[in-house]
Amino acid sequence: MQLLRRLPAALTLLLAAAMMLSGADALANAPRPWEMGMQPAANELKARISDLHNLVLIIITLITIFVGALLVWVMVRYNATRNPVPSTTSHNTTIEVLWTVIPVLILVVIAIPSFRLVYYLDRTPDPDMTIKVTAHQWYWEYGYPEAGDLAIESRMIRDEDLKPGQLRLLEVDNQLVVPIGKKIRILTNSVDVIHSFFIPSLGVQRYAIPGRTIETWMTIDKPGVYYGQCNQICGVDHSRMPISVKAVTDDEYKAWLGQAKKAALTDPSQRRVLADATGATGQAIQR
Amino acid sequence: MAATTHDHAHGHDNHHHDHKPGFVARWLFSTNHKDIGTLYLIFAVVGGLIGGVLSIFMRMQLQFPGGTVITSGQTWNNVITAHGLLMIFFSVMPALIGGFGNWFIPLMVGAPDMAFPRLNNISFWLLPPALVMIIIGLILNESGSGWTLYPPLSNQTYEPGMGMDFTLFALHLAGVSSLLGSMNFITTIFNMRAPGMTLHKMPLFIWAELVTAFLLVLSVPVLAGAITMLICDRNFGTAFFDPTGGGDPVLFQHLFWFFGHPEVYIMILPAFGIISHVISTFSRKPIFGYLGMVYAMVAIGVVGFVVWAHHMYLSGMDVDTRAYFMAATLVIAVPTGVKIFSWIATMWGGSIEFKTPMLWAIGFLFVFTVGGVTGVVLANAGIDQVVHNTYYVVAHFHYVLSLGAVFGIFCGFYYWIGKMSGRQYPEFWGRVHFWLTFIGVNLVFFPQHFLGLSGMPRRYPDYPQAFAGWNYVSSVGSYISGIAILVFLYVCYRTFTSKEQVADNYWGEGATTLEWTQTSPPAFHSFTELPRIK
Repeated sequence: MQLLRRLPAALTLLLAAAMMLSGADALANAPRPWEMGMQPAANELKARISDLHNLVLIIITLITIFVGALLVWVMVRYNATRNPVPSTTSHNTTIEVLWTVIPVLILVVIAIPSFRLVYYLDRTPDPDMTIKVTAHQWYWEYGYPEAGDLAIESRMIRDEDLKPGQLRLLEVDNQLVVPIGKKIRILTNSVDVIHSFFIPSLGVQRYAIPGRTIETWMTIDKPGVYYGQCNQICGVDHSRMPISVKAVTDDEYKAWLGQAKKAALTDPSQRRVLADATGATGQAIQR
Repeated sequence: MAATTHDHAHGHDNHHHDHKPGFVARWLFSTNHKDIGTLYLIFAVVGGLIGGVLSIFMRMQLQFPGGTVITSGQTWNNVITAHGLLMIFFSVMPALIGGFGNWFIPLMVGAPDMAFPRLNNISFWLLPPALVMIIIGLILNESGSGWTLYPPLSNQTYEPGMGMDFTLFALHLAGVSSLLGSMNFITTIFNMRAPGMTLHKMPLFIWAELVTAFLLVLSVPVLAGAITMLICDRNFGTAFFDPTGGGDPVLFQHLFWFFGHPEVYIMILPAFGIISHVISTFSRKPIFGYLGMVYAMVAIGVVGFVVWAHHMYLSGMDVDTRAYFMAATLVIAVPTGVKIFSWIATMWGGSIEFKTPMLWAIGFLFVFTVGGVTGVVLANAGIDQVVHNTYYVVAHFHYVLSLGAVFGIFCGFYYWIGKMSGRQYPEFWGRVHFWLTFIGVNLVFFPQHFLGLSGMPRRYPDYPQAFAGWNYVSSVGSYISGIAILVFLYVCYRTFTSKEQVADNYWGEGATTLEWTQTSPPAFHSFTELPRIK
């Protein structure tokens, strides 16, 4: 297993020489220029996804190289000048059985860890907290059902309002704030069209579909900001409803929660609401 | 069978086998499989050019972040929708099924024409109005749902204009056209083969078209049902897909992909058939593992019907359901592998000549392998969680379709254009066309794997700065591919203005199927006497 984990790393290093040049960003939770592989994993879910992807990537790279090499070989060895008289072979049961059975074995090698992964990613039996993600055209609403139904609306910061150093099309006004080290159950839902809640570095993605609640989960290991984007076509501003998750320590989270509740009660301009005013009547709000 | 042929011969005013009717009768009321095939091919070129121009616009918009070519998100969504639908329904399918299918099914099974010539005429003439309606949807700027048409985005609330209805009815017309055409294909292949041509002696292209026709007959009605329900939701107050009325948007996804997944095999199987003949011809060797090839195609067709929900891993399906669809999807790699290895084995020991059609065939093997193996990655419901709907998916399906199926189309064009027109293409320009396309499309789509892994969502008119590099490379590739299309048009011009008349079998001993026993071009009515297969 150790070997399997190191091989892809070596391969990625080789392939991604260009990536190295771009310089390692301390913030590893957003896409990087000229990136050739997946965003670095920020939790166990994504680490496992990356591991399986690395395994499959090695297998498919070898298969492609193998097929390519065979092609080059037949083109060199069996072209009309070197081999003027073609053979008349049209069957060979042994080889036909081999090239059916060997791919099956390779697929079994891929399938076993794949099944393990898909069941691991599905949901968590013992969540520490729940976040309700409600999608709107074109912003996200994050609900904290265990904190008095606190709800936060999160909208993209327009280009003209960006501060220096902020990432265009990725920054939002109100981030989704969550504590690190907790198992967070995520429930997605939508009030209008289908959206998709997608954070690459956390290995999280589910559609947000009106009329249905979809459950998944995540953890976050370290404090930091994790970026994602809406990933299902949802209309005019599909590319303008990013996701920004701010992970903080448990103490900071509790302090933030208190402030946010207070702000929601006193300052509605913060787009923070306590009562669930959206949701059921979503379509009326949309138009 | 004999009776059919007899009736058909009497249906014409004369028995002289090369009398051609006047322009209107010949091209508008056409019942001749060769003329209808030609109409389909011209139609496919027109559809492909419009879809191609849209794709160049898209790449121009995405060349730099904050692109200003297409400023409105709605226009962008309309353009991507039209690009997808045009390329699938109005370019690849008309070329591979209507075009080459009509031309070469009768010629390769030794039949005088298709079983239902008038049905054939309708099946073509339903397409031009459908194309017009797609274009109306685009121009009205009212069908921005993506080609997958997922409600609620495609319903009355979010896409209220008439344009969406135009697009949906266009798909109805194209669907009826495909259904009529495929019933015609099935009947012809089952009943009008030359005496002695058993199913296991049928050329692989015929097998490919047969499996394709079955896939169409079984899958298109499901699409028709889905879009009929969508049209009712939009216009007649039903709520099949509207949760506020007790409907379910995910139901549409199931119905759509029950059609949509077989559809991708519908587009690639005829290309498989063409590639088989070209590789055999230019290796001067019979196909290796004929029966394996046949049953691999049948297996792909059958399994292709039970994998549809791998497009919906994130729609909230139960984890066991996802595990099933993952397993079923991985299985498809096996028959696909059999095909790839059989093609290479056909070349093995051969005496290969690298004429233009063979270049396309070898190019096909490579790009299809790349597109195929990334399918194994996407089949994984776990990995899909971070590559779903990203550019990785865009790269994958363009490798198998925009490269795979389209390479198959060009392969067939260079292989058969001499047979169809009686004039040969210019070899030098054919090669230029191939190499420009090969370099161009790989430059477009290979970097898109990187963008997808890095997390760039598809159907975005604008993207964060980090994705700028590979998008730029991709756009440059698309301009090269655009130049390649101009070269293709020049090849067509040179071919049709060439004075040189080609022989019946201009590829020589490697080409063994029945169309090579006919003149180039074949007589207006071929096989007035049925050939006999030993």
